[in-house]
Amino acid sequence: MKFVDEFRDPIAAKALLREIGASLDHLGATEKKPIQVMEVCGGHTHSIFRYALKDLVPQSLEFVHGPGCPVCVLPMGRVDDCIAIARRPEVIFTTFGDAMRVPGSEMSLLQARAQGADVRMVYSPLDALALAQKNPDREVVFFGLGFETTMPSTAMTVLEAKRLGVRNFSLFCNHITIVPTIKAVLDSPGMRIDGFLGPGHVGMVTGTLPFRFIAEQYHRPLVISGFEPNDILHSLLMVLRQLEAGEAKIENQYSRLVDPNGNRVAMQAIAEVFELREFFEWRGLGSIDHSGVRVRAAYADYDAERRFSLPNAKIADPKSCQCGEVIKGVLKPQQCKVFGTACTPRTPLGALMVSSEGACSAYYQYATRPEETVA
Amino acid sequence: MNAAVPMNDASRWRDRTITLAHGSGGRAMRELIDEIIVPAFDNALLAPLEDQARIPASLLGDGGTLAFTTDSFVVSPLVFPGGDIGTLAVCGTVNDLAVGGAIPKYLSCALVLEEGLDVDMLRDVLASMARAAAAAGVSIVTGDTKVVERGAADGMFVTTAGIGVIPAGRATGPAGVRAGDRLVVNGTLGDHGVAVMAARNDLALQIPVASDCAPLNGLVEAMFSAAPDLRWLRDATRGGLATIANEFAREGHFGLVLDETALPVADAVRGACEILGLDPLYLANEGKLAALVPAAQVDALLAAMRAHPLGRDAAVVGEVRTERPDLVVLRSRFGGDRVVDLPLGEQLPRIC
Repeated sequence: MKFVDEFRDPIAAKALLREIGASLDHLGATEKKPIQVMEVCGGHTHSIFRYALKDLVPQSLEFVHGPGCPVCVLPMGRVDDCIAIARRPEVIFTTFGDAMRVPGSEMSLLQARAQGADVRMVYSPLDALALAQKNPDREVVFFGLGFETTMPSTAMTVLEAKRLGVRNFSLFCNHITIVPTIKAVLDSPGMRIDGFLGPGHVGMVTGTLPFRFIAEQYHRPLVISGFEPNDILHSLLMVLRQLEAGEAKIENQYSRLVDPNGNRVAMQAIAEVFELREFFEWRGLGSIDHSGVRVRAAYADYDAERRFSLPNAKIADPKSCQCGEVIKGVLKPQQCKVFGTACTPRTPLGALMVSSEGACSAYYQYATRPEETVA
Repeated sequence: MNAAVPMNDASRWRDRTITLAHGSGGRAMRELIDEIIVPAFDNALLAPLEDQARIPASLLGDGGTLAFTTDSFVVSPLVFPGGDIGTLAVCGTVNDLAVGGAIPKYLSCALVLEEGLDVDMLRDVLASMARAAAAAGVSIVTGDTKVVERGAADGMFVTTAGIGVIPAGRATGPAGVRAGDRLVVNGTLGDHGVAVMAARNDLALQIPVASDCAPLNGLVEAMFSAAPDLRWLRDATRGGLATIANEFAREGHFGLVLDETALPVADAVRGACEILGLDPLYLANEGKLAALVPAAQVDALLAAMRAHPLGRDAAVVGEVRTERPDLVVLRSRFGGDRVVDLPLGEQLPRIC
């Protein structure tokens, strides 16, 4: 397939791997004292496992799988709120597919559907809006989820609903923003990350400016990366080259899609519809200031949080979970106490086991794992 | 029994829908069976319309083994590019017999119809069943029809059972499998899964893929002729090749290594998978089988498969190993390995 296969060419990959190896040697990295690079985005984590890149890079390089899977970091209390909305008889609750399996304190949306809630999978918020137009006697709620990648399409849908005068559509907003979370990781004690692979799809919307503090205040290199295996290897090499030169810059490997200035139309739509929350709760990381957005008062009619009364319960992560340590790179997934035993993709306890993009789920599914964790 | 039935007048059924009366056991049901269902399947064993089909025991021949299977079909939508629920109901049961080494002979057909179903839709589905049965060389010789209230079924459900004969001397299963045996598939993976997904209205994507739904018994006979020591066959339906490979490895307690570069996947299916975040290894097929074969017979097998219309894209996709028993490992195009586990449930598209 043209425009995909080029970025999966094994010969080019071998050349990149050779250079990565040479650069790591140059930096004096060893298996005991590896260079740690965090990929912020869950899409990168998925590619790293799908193409087994983790096993192909030298052991003196360690991938730290960051907080960038929006499904994984959704706290249980918010899932409970979804289910409370979805169970109302007048509601058609619409969601992206992979949010269906995320466990709340009692059940997932998939289980709520089995018990009679009208939960439907959509591929775009515009599909949810169309459903609202087709079902004027029902309340259609869209479960808005994700970083700046999915925020513009949700914002545009709210604007479109207002323009069309659709009154039976609303948004349950759980959008989050990645920058404060990277900052929280950088500020946490025990953090040893040497450099970052930046999120390509977020960068497409925001441009490179929001990431500049990582270089300027924390002196860590960040390379915005595409999602194909050779994109990731190329970006890794760019991070290592900066470390070799003693530099810390924001670079853009994904220039075929990411404009350094971002997408102005998308950013305007986001700013029109959303405002920052004081704080937002993250599964595995706790409350992080200014890390989520909510619907502005001007669009209150389209805000499910204002239209429906929600339980809004705060449910603590299970005590045995060590997701926070894994996200910060202090522990590897299989070093967590409950990995593969109490916590598996079928019965996820922690955030990182929930979605296929979560680091623990990826380790469990794709890694050539030891016998004792075979289900 | 046929004397009381009015003349078969096709126009009488035009624009009509199924009602509860058609399942009541009375005159309406009689008319439906005599005018719509029986004519579609017309054959000598069905014609007496007794409560059972009567099949001579000589069917088994000398030393043959009787194979017996059943399957229910509940697909939505009822019609999709490349087939409909009727094609599936015949091919699914024929294929379940064929991959056991059996020559399929007779099928039953039990229909559960939802009140409100268009009679024209029912007719189309029965015609598809008849076409698929003719293509497979089987007869539909007994059946049953029920009607349920609106909402209690999704248009229609079809259950078929089938019997076939395994010729003397043919034995497939885990016992014969040896390290070094090759895993062969007969063509591109995931066509049915993507075709059905695209035919559902909730997916705003136009993907030019038709279901691969087809009876495989002819191909299987050609395979046994070319490679008499075929070890083990299964059809790769729900859960895709990943599921069949795992069944092989777990039930046979050996390791299977798949080669990512060898997996046949149509470009349109690959494209859909890239967009939706799906893996063709886990997508459903309805005309694909996986076979384990001794390395010494693999060339003859491939040549025979590629000469058959349903095996043109046949390929060797993996190998049996003694290492890592019970596990299926995919060697990626870069040389790294990943475990191919059983799927958790239905595949859910990723959001970003």
